[in-house]
Amino acid sequence: MTVRESTLPGEFGQADPRAKNGGAVTKAAPPSARKSHGLGWSGRLEVAILVGPALVVFLAFVIYPVVMAAYYGFFSWQGFGAPTDFVGFRNYLTILQDPTFHDALWHNATIVVLSLVLQGPVAILVALLLNRKLRGQSIIRVLIFVPYVISEVVVGTGWSLMLQGNGAINGFLEKIGLGTLAQDWLANPDIAIWTLMAIITWKYIGFAVILFLAGLQGIPEELSEAAAIDGASYWQIQRRITLPLLGPTLRIWAFLSIIGSLQLFDLVYIIWGQYISSTAGTSTMATYLVSNGRNSGNFGYGNAVAVVLFVISLVVALVYQRYVLSRDTAGALTEGKK
Amino acid sequence: MTAATALRPASPVRRRRRRPAGAPTNPVPYIVAVVLIGLMLAPVAYIIIGGFRTNAEITTDPSGLPASWNPVNYIDVLTGGIFWQEVLNSLIAALATTAGAVVLGLMASYVLARYTFVGRGALYAIFASGLMFPLTVAITPLYIVIKNLGLMNSLAGIILPQIAFALPTTIIILVPFLRAIPDEIQEAAFIDGCSRLGFFWRMVVRLSMPGVITVGILAFIGSWNSYLLPLFILNDSASFTLPLGVQAFSSQYSVDTAKVLAFTSLSMIPALVFFSLFERRIVGGLTGAVKG
Repeated sequence: MTVRESTLPGEFGQADPRAKNGGAVTKAAPPSARKSHGLGWSGRLEVAILVGPALVVFLAFVIYPVVMAAYYGFFSWQGFGAPTDFVGFRNYLTILQDPTFHDALWHNATIVVLSLVLQGPVAILVALLLNRKLRGQSIIRVLIFVPYVISEVVVGTGWSLMLQGNGAINGFLEKIGLGTLAQDWLANPDIAIWTLMAIITWKYIGFAVILFLAGLQGIPEELSEAAAIDGASYWQIQRRITLPLLGPTLRIWAFLSIIGSLQLFDLVYIIWGQYISSTAGTSTMATYLVSNGRNSGNFGYGNAVAVVLFVISLVVALVYQRYVLSRDTAGALTEGKK
Repeated sequence: MTAATALRPASPVRRRRRRPAGAPTNPVPYIVAVVLIGLMLAPVAYIIIGGFRTNAEITTDPSGLPASWNPVNYIDVLTGGIFWQEVLNSLIAALATTAGAVVLGLMASYVLARYTFVGRGALYAIFASGLMFPLTVAITPLYIVIKNLGLMNSLAGIILPQIAFALPTTIIILVPFLRAIPDEIQEAAFIDGCSRLGFFWRMVVRLSMPGVITVGILAFIGSWNSYLLPLFILNDSASFTLPLGVQAFSSQYSVDTAKVLAFTSLSMIPALVFFSLFERRIVGGLTGAVKG
């Protein structure tokens, strides 16, 4: 148990304001500072001044728009004036019956699964190999991380130029005598989703590797040393000791990857644009939202799509929290509800 | 279990005892590292090298090296004016977002970490719930809010929402940091006649610097790379940030591939420089943020 705690910092737990953290709450501090209802007028004023600005900005630009999205979703509305044409659940019915949306949802599901399957094992292997004393380890980490830092727009622009019919990838294949493999990487619906997966893997695997490396370095050396003395082989140690202890890190990475995949927008929109993505088989719920919402002037409909996207993400997140993450921690997202 | 250990999971004491001195070096990790780095950097190299070529070269041999390293495309972009305008816009937006998120986040986190009052748990839950609301979901109403505020085509129109969306992460990272400040320091400050607000300005801000730098970097990179929000808010090319600029440039000069590549690689440079300067803190911050 102590080991698990050392690989997963206690911030989730600490997030609970009632947690008795190092005596911070219970210790008899100066009475005015720590009594639970002892905040005088000046204290309340301090709280208001300090929290006020953050709360106002947050409510105005996060909570209010999210609430309004749910409201607008019930209207047929072009975005001018106040919405008046109440249509009830018609937008939602249209979404759920639209084959284009089904396609987008299916693509999202594919991306979720393939991201986990492609990036996870490779990143674990790489992290295990790099998790030892290597010359130049810090420069290796930096270089692996470069694609993650570059903006999606640059990545998308660069890759779409390389993947054109007469682009660098096909040119390179011809040069090394594999010209028969040259493809229309972006437009062929049988291939495009794999092209997208290759780009996603390239862009985000560095993040997974860095995360796993950090997790691995939190595992005490003594455990594998003890196992080695008892005659365990390198791979036995990795499988029986390292991987289970890396569990919390893996599960949090998977959570982030799933949510990111469900909300994928930038790369698809930049490389495939709003029209080609659906014929190439790479459209996502978010590109569907933008193409069928703002870009076609149907703001009410776009908001309904946003609500569907949100509900799907929320359900996935809560299920994941409940059945996977709850093993490690109470969970930051459910904090306050318990 | 303090926030400090959470953000620096690699204990230097442990790392030192990896391998007994003089053990034979295993070449496999190096080979894997080289192959991986090659795959990671090849597309970046293609973009940078492509900017030095001519369009004729790119058409006849898309994957070759330049016949002569001709910087004319780069010079064109650098002297064109559009590029610098967009760098400036991106810089203003990123710096203002960072400053706003850090200042507002630090003030709110201080209250959430060190004041006791009714409704504190609820307040924390409200901010934490922001993690569940991605920008994508709120984008259309947000666009309408910004339009009603008259902030379309202004950088303030992307800065304010970016601050708001950066607050949940900022607060979740900073609260444990501030809570970890020992009570004794606070008591000593109070005994010396320091008010709680004075304690905040004199002690808290300095003691939480590592956390502040981490959240600041996260906010900066998020703003620097953001695309969806500027796409909705900024329609006038004078207000474009770099991501929008790259996209506009590549559709405007779609036949001039070499120039697009030059523009794209120049727009990468600020992010790469920033990253190499703060690499340790970024990697530490991201892993810390993820776990927090």
